[in-house]
Amino acid sequence: MRMDVIQPFINSADAVLAQGMGSPIAIENLSMEEGAYRRQGVAAEVCLTGEIEGRVIFDVDLGAAVQLASRLAGVEVSETDEEMVREAVCELANQIIGNAITTLNDQGFHFHVRPPTLHLSEQGSKSSEDTEALVMAFNTSSGNVFMNLALRHHCIGTEHVAVAG
Amino acid sequence: MENFAPVTRSEDGQPVRYLIVDDSVFARKNLARMVETFGGQVVGEAGDGVSAIKEYARVTPDIVLMDITMPQMEGIEAAEKIVRDHPGARIVMVSSVGYQENIVAALQRGARHFVQKPVKAEVLYEVIKYVMRDDGVAARGAGAGG
Repeated sequence: MRMDVIQPFINSADAVLAQGMGSPIAIENLSMEEGAYRRQGVAAEVCLTGEIEGRVIFDVDLGAAVQLASRLAGVEVSETDEEMVREAVCELANQIIGNAITTLNDQGFHFHVRPPTLHLSEQGSKSSEDTEALVMAFNTSSGNVFMNLALRHHCIGTEHVAVAG
Repeated sequence: MENFAPVTRSEDGQPVRYLIVDDSVFARKNLARMVETFGGQVVGEAGDGVSAIKEYARVTPDIVLMDITMPQMEGIEAAEKIVRDHPGARIVMVSSVGYQENIVAALQRGARHFVQKPVKAEVLYEVIKYVMRDDGVAARGAGAGG
């Protein structure tokens, strides 16, 4: 996976999480995932097609998801309000991905993104050789947020070169 | 959230009326909360472009806050259709996807302005004042946090 493709996602996640959670964020861990994705909390998935293809999953510990939902809604949200908590994680994914693809598009990468969907199954598909997954853990005051990136750069003609140059 | 001097319609002093269009209920709630702190009134909500067109005709708002990436019909297409039928429509695109060609496409199709998510209240407030211009008035001492 190319670092110039990954970096905008990291920067965007850092900035959006800090604003969304209302507290400082620390990158706690970074690893390459070989096995199948296993959901840990409340997860949303975004699929990308075009010059950059693959998927990004945001997996948020329940405590962090509840804090996020409360901040976004402006009212106290409880763990039992599952719909609100899931919606909040989808909106978080939407904002992080949107900001990242803004940067990438302005750098000349062209691709399409679909609206976030909830990732409800406990386990996801295994990453393949050319879509290896990079997993980053962002530590917040109320739990971790995992960003699982399985992307590959799929060059279409010379469009990227032409735009970047 | 900061305090903002209310922005009202200059013609009758009534609150500015908003239609909020976003497929995320959270984004709608968040924007509704913000515009209420600007003294505005949310008169309609929609979760996709098709519903937005119907809602616009029904409530004829002063301002539409419109997301871009939505199911059924995306925001830029909906904005174009609304402006075609209602040339005076004031549409502000509100999206996390803020790359240049997207913004240009939105403006070319009739949107008045663009605000990137996550939305900062003080940024949206200034955009609302700008978009309302002569048709809106902010109370004396108006300004973000004023």
